[in-house]
Amino acid sequence: MPASMSDGISEDEIRQPTKELTVGEDVAIEMVAVHKWFGEFHVLKDINLTVNTGERIVICGPSGSGKSTLIRCINRLEEHQKGKIVVDGIELTNDLKNVELVRSEVGIVFQSFNLFPHLTVLENCSLAPIWVRRMRKTEAEEIAMKYLERVKIPEQAAKYPGQLSGGQQQRVAIARSLCMNPRIMLFDEPTSALDPEMIKEVLDVMVELAESGMTMLVVTHEMGFATAVANRVIFMDFGEIIEQNEPHAFFNNPQHDRTKLFLSQILHH
Amino acid sequence: MSEGNTAAQSYAPGTHPDLPAPIRTTGPVAWVRMNLFSSPLNVALTLVAIGLLWWVMPPLFEWIVLDSVWTAESRKECWDKMEVPEGGACWAFIKDRLRLFVYGFYPQASRWRVNLSFVLLAMAVVPVLYDKMPGRKFGLWYAVAFPFIAGWLLVGGLGLTPVDTDQFGGILLTLIIGVTGISFSLPIGILLALGRRSKMPVMRILCVMFIEFIRGVPLIALLFIASSMLNFFLPPGTVFDLLIRVLIMVTLFAAAYIAEVVRGGLQGIPIGQFEAADSLGLTYVKAQMLIILPQALKISIPGIVNTFIGLYKDTTLVLIIGMLDPLGIGRASLADAVWAGLSREVYLFVALFFFVCCFSMSRYSLYLERKLHTGH
Ligand SMILES: Nc1ncnc2c1ncn2[C@@H]1O[C@H](COP(=O)(O)OP(=O)(O)O)[C@@H](O)[C@H]1O
Ligand SMILES: [Mg+2]
Repeated sequence: MPASMSDGISEDEIRQPTKELTVGEDVAIEMVAVHKWFGEFHVLKDINLTVNTGERIVICGPSGSGKSTLIRCINRLEEHQKGKIVVDGIELTNDLKNVELVRSEVGIVFQSFNLFPHLTVLENCSLAPIWVRRMRKTEAEEIAMKYLERVKIPEQAAKYPGQLSGGQQQRVAIARSLCMNPRIMLFDEPTSALDPEMIKEVLDVMVELAESGMTMLVVTHEMGFATAVANRVIFMDFGEIIEQNEPHAFFNNPQHDRTKLFLSQILHH
Repeated sequence: MSEGNTAAQSYAPGTHPDLPAPIRTTGPVAWVRMNLFSSPLNVALTLVAIGLLWWVMPPLFEWIVLDSVWTAESRKECWDKMEVPEGGACWAFIKDRLRLFVYGFYPQASRWRVNLSFVLLAMAVVPVLYDKMPGRKFGLWYAVAFPFIAGWLLVGGLGLTPVDTDQFGGILLTLIIGVTGISFSLPIGILLALGRRSKMPVMRILCVMFIEFIRGVPLIALLFIASSMLNFFLPPGTVFDLLIRVLIMVTLFAAAYIAEVVRGGLQGIPIGQFEAADSLGLTYVKAQMLIILPQALKISIPGIVNTFIGLYKDTTLVLIIGMLDPLGIGRASLADAVWAGLSREVYLFVALFFFVCCFSMSRYSLYLERKLHTGH
C-alpha cells in the first residue's frame, strides 16, 4: 500500500492504537431498509446497517452520496421516511421524548465544529451535563475539565471558541460530546475543514477514543485513520451502500467498479 | 526602512526583535495629522467644521448660559432683566413649571409616591443593566416585581389614596409609558419572532398577521383606536382605564417591531448552532434560551435599542388623545398669559429631556455590544 493514501495524513503519521480493539456482542445501531427523500430527491436508498457496540466504522464515498444524511439520521437531525432505525434499543419515531433520549446518548462532531461562540470552552462542555443531565455545576465542570485534559487542551478552558485554532476547536467539540458520556459517537468529516498541520492532533484524539472502546461512525477520507482503527469501511454512492469490508481488503481488493474508481481518485489526488 | 538609523541595522534570520512603531504614527500630534489634515478634502472639511462651530456656538452659548435669567415671576420681568429683551433664555419659566413637567397634575399631597417610584425605578434599572452588580439575582427578582410595586404606589388603593390616571402627566407619564413599553415589548417581541419561525403553520400565520397588521397601521391610529374603539369589543359597562389601553397599544406596537428585529438576528445564527444544540439533547425551550437567543439578541442589540428609542420618543403622541406628556405640559404652559411667548425655552427643555434619555440608551447599547463581543 502506498505510504500516503490521501491528501491528508499518511497511515504511519497517525498514532497507532496501543490497545487491542475489541467489538462487543450487542447491537448499538440497527438500520433496516431505511429510505429518505429531500423533496423528490431520493437521497438514501434501502440502507441496511447493523453496528455492534465498540465497532468503529468508516464511511466514505463521493461528495453528495448521502454520507452525512446517513449519520444524521442516527440522531434524527434528519428524519427518515421509510424503514426502521433503532439506536441503543430505542426506535426513532416522531416521539420527541425518544428523540431527546437518543440524542443524549449519541454524540456528534461536525465538520464545522459548531461550538457555541458566546460561551467559554468550559461552558460549552458543561452546558449539556447541567441542562440535560441536571448535574450540579461544580460536578459538570469537573467532568468538562477531565475531558478537556483528555483532548489535551485543559489550559484553554476559560477562552472563547473564537480565540482557538481550528484543531483546538474540533478537539473541544469532541470533548463537549464526550461530557454527555455518550454510548455512540458520530463524526461527519471532522478534519475536512482543518489546515493540514492540525489534522493529526484531531485524529490522534479519535484513535484514543477508539481504544477506549467507543462505538464510532466516522465519515472521513483519511484512509490512514481507517486502516489504523476501523473494523469496517463502508463505501456509499448515490445514496446506496455499494460495498463494505474490513479495511485491508477494502483498500487492496475493492470489488465494485465504483469503489475502484473512487479509491483511484482519492489515492492519486 | 527608509527612516532613521534603523535602516542600517540588519539581523540574522529568526533573530529580528519587535521594534517600537515610528514616532510619527502615534501620539496626539500624529492623531490630528492623520485624522484632521490627512488630505486636501479632509483639510477643507476640518476648516468648514471649525467655521460652522465658530458661527453657531458663541451666540448659542450666550443665549443659553451667559445672558439667561433664572429668577423672575413673569415673562415681562424676565425680559426687563436682560440688556436686550429676548437676548437670553428665560429659564425662570421652566423653574416655575418644573413640578408640572415632572408630576403632571398628580395631587400635591401624594407626590412623595411619585418620588419614591422614581427611586425604586433607579434601583430596578441598575441590576438589569449591570451584570457585575453583587447580589444581582435578587436585584433581578426585584426588577420583575417593580412594575407591580410602582403601579400600586402610583395608582393607590390597598391603603393608599387612589389617584386617577388622568392626573398623571409630564415626565412621570413618559416614564410610565416608556418603561412599560420597553420592558413588555421585548419578551412579547421575542415570542412573536419565534412564533413567526415556528414549524406549526397556525402559530406562524397568527404571528405574521399580528406583526404585519401592527406594522401597517400608524401608532396614532392605534392610539385613537385605544381611546375610542376598544370599548366596542368589551362587554358594555366595563370601565377600562385609558392609560392602560395606551400602554397596551404602545407595547404591542413596539413588540411588532422588536419581533422583526429579533427575527433578523435569528436568521443570522448559523444552522449548525441549532443542530449542535439539538444533538446534545437540549429541548426546544432550553436550546432557544441557552444557545440561540443569547446570540440572536446580541446581533439584534442595535435594532432593539433603535426600536426602544423610537418608542420612547413616540410617547409624545399621546398628547393627541389628550394626555399631557412633557411636550403637552409645555404647550399647555405656553397658553398661560403670564409666560406666553417663551416657546423656545419650553421646546429646548423638552428636547433636552428626551435627548438625555435617548442618548443614554444609545451609549448603553454600545457598551453592551463591546462587552458581549467574544470572538475575533
Ligand atoms: N436539507 C437538504 N435539502 C435538500 N437536499 C439536501 C439537503 N441536505 C443534503 N441534500 C442533498 O442530498 C445529497 C446528499 O447530501 P449529503 O448527505 O450531505 O452528502 P455527503 O455528505 O455524502 O456529501 C446531496 O446531493 C445534497 O445536495
Ligand atoms: Mg457531508
